[in-house]
Amino acid sequence: MSIFDIFTNQLLNGIVLGSFYALVALGYTMVFGVVKLLNFAHGELYMVGGFAGFLVLSFLAPYLGPGWLGVAVSMVLAMIAVGFLGVVIERVAYAPMLSAPRLSILITALAVSLVLQNGMLTLTKGQYVPFGAALGFGGIKLGNLFISYNQMILVGVAAVLMLALELFVSRTQYGRAMRAVSVDKDMARLMGINVNAVIGITFFVGSALAAAAGSMAGAYYGSLWYFMGFLIGLKAFTAAVIGGIGSIPGAMLGGLILGLLESFGTQLPGVGSEWKDVFSFSVLILVLVFKPTGLLGKPEQERM
Amino acid sequence: MAQFPERPSAWGGLATLLDTPQKRYAAIAVILVAMAVAPYVFGSYGTVILTNALLYVLLALGLNIVVGYAGLLDLGFAAFFAVGAYTVGITTLHFGLNFWLALPLAILLAIIAGIVIGAPTLRLRSDYLAIVTLGFGEIVRITARNLRETGGASGLIGIDSPWLFGWHIRTPLDFYYVFCVLAILGVIASVRLANSRLGRAWLYVRHDEDAAEAMGINRVKVKLAAYIVGAIYGSIGGAFFAANLGAISPESFSFRQSVLILMAVILGGMGKIPGVILGAFIVILAPELLRDFGDLRLLIFAVGLLLIMLFRPSGIWPARSKSR
Repeated sequence: MSIFDIFTNQLLNGIVLGSFYALVALGYTMVFGVVKLLNFAHGELYMVGGFAGFLVLSFLAPYLGPGWLGVAVSMVLAMIAVGFLGVVIERVAYAPMLSAPRLSILITALAVSLVLQNGMLTLTKGQYVPFGAALGFGGIKLGNLFISYNQMILVGVAAVLMLALELFVSRTQYGRAMRAVSVDKDMARLMGINVNAVIGITFFVGSALAAAAGSMAGAYYGSLWYFMGFLIGLKAFTAAVIGGIGSIPGAMLGGLILGLLESFGTQLPGVGSEWKDVFSFSVLILVLVFKPTGLLGKPEQERM
Repeated sequence: MAQFPERPSAWGGLATLLDTPQKRYAAIAVILVAMAVAPYVFGSYGTVILTNALLYVLLALGLNIVVGYAGLLDLGFAAFFAVGAYTVGITTLHFGLNFWLALPLAILLAIIAGIVIGAPTLRLRSDYLAIVTLGFGEIVRITARNLRETGGASGLIGIDSPWLFGWHIRTPLDFYYVFCVLAILGVIASVRLANSRLGRAWLYVRHDEDAAEAMGINRVKVKLAAYIVGAIYGSIGGAFFAANLGAISPESFSFRQSVLILMAVILGGMGKIPGVILGAFIVILAPELLRDFGDLRLLIFAVGLLLIMLFRPSGIWPARSKSR
């Protein structure tokens, strides 16, 4: 393979990986924007989304088949289910804590994530679970570059979801309310915005996006594991920080950048694939040292 | 006039319960005797478990300084534990260094690691520290897995047990008493720190960072000090852990390890030394008692942690009673 082929291949890999990161990073950044909380459980919602998609697909496969139609319907149902799970988590665990010291909220979020993770560990006995989708192996060839239909559909769906989110936030009344709450919660309440409803919607949308990424990842990679949310949660956070935490376009950009950095980074001499994760966490630490507000973020004051 | 809340005591409610020196000396004597005879009561398997519990007491006391005293969430504490264990493992195996020379080196490296990770992130929102420490914990584990010097995924074996003035610390019983001494020293250092000028600064920073800064406390320095003291505790624990087992592998230093130490700190009651000790014993002894539950026991811990945070955020150990 020539240098050019390696380049185009890694570009494609980076875009696919980046789409997953971006979808998960969006939830992080939205929740952070509205309630100033780092939702540690977010990576686990991606994992639960994968398993929810698997569960729905195993019921629907006899009727819709294990192809993209079945996967798409399962993905939508998983998004709705996990969206509600996100709202329940917010109501039960976070809402009573929002006025507590920051440390207590962080530990509560960690506890929620451990409950989800170990709950799934108990259910699956720690085994890998095959997703059960059959998506075929077709694709198109551009020179030496093979792009599978699956990759195209995956990136396309991710792009459509992000576009829909952008329109939702910038054009609808709920989106405007969300932006108002993220600027000043108390002032938004005085203007007649139902802040609790806005927080609920934010958790719903963020969790649903993570579930979409989880189901697609399950269908694309073929198997699920109770621990799969841990690493992507960390990566998505890194992506959100690169783009500027709290900024929606920043999360999309950050996800893509991190995906590309990882796929090109593993090609560097001395950075084999076994160092991939070290590479991304080092990027995170460097970004926090030199540009903590990220590419598109605004400088912010520590909450008192 | 408004009643000012009393300064929380590192002893939790114990200080009011044991209010005379006589009672305190009696309590200390009972604890020391219990520690001395415990191995003969619980047998050889019990001694190994108790040694492990004492290691956790030491680690949890260290993390307590970061989380309980300074109010910072560290999700990668196992990294310092790993730095201590691997420094001792590598220097004694590959360079033939004496354990007692490797120990200060391990502490030094943990301090450097603490500064490298802490100095940039402690300036930022305190939430960032949680995620960066999580990433740092993974970096250390993956590095240990991938390097030749650290023995890769299978780790290091054949680490020598140390000599102390002609005493070869070798049997499980020897190590039990070594960890007893370490835990006692850890408690004394924690209490002394809590009552020091630095301890009061941590209390201020935890309660109100801005007010503390206005009173002339350099919050970044003070937080960094807590982070470094925690790192020292972790590396000492790791060094003796390596000497005790004689073998270490990367999976001993995973995220789960960090979470278990954090649970020990929070379950018992962060900031309170008896609470942290209780927490460490719960974390180590509960799996022995819940053996039949298998995978469920981690879920039980996780649910317990969530319930504690929602209903009793100050932990199981009772706070100092108000009437005094």
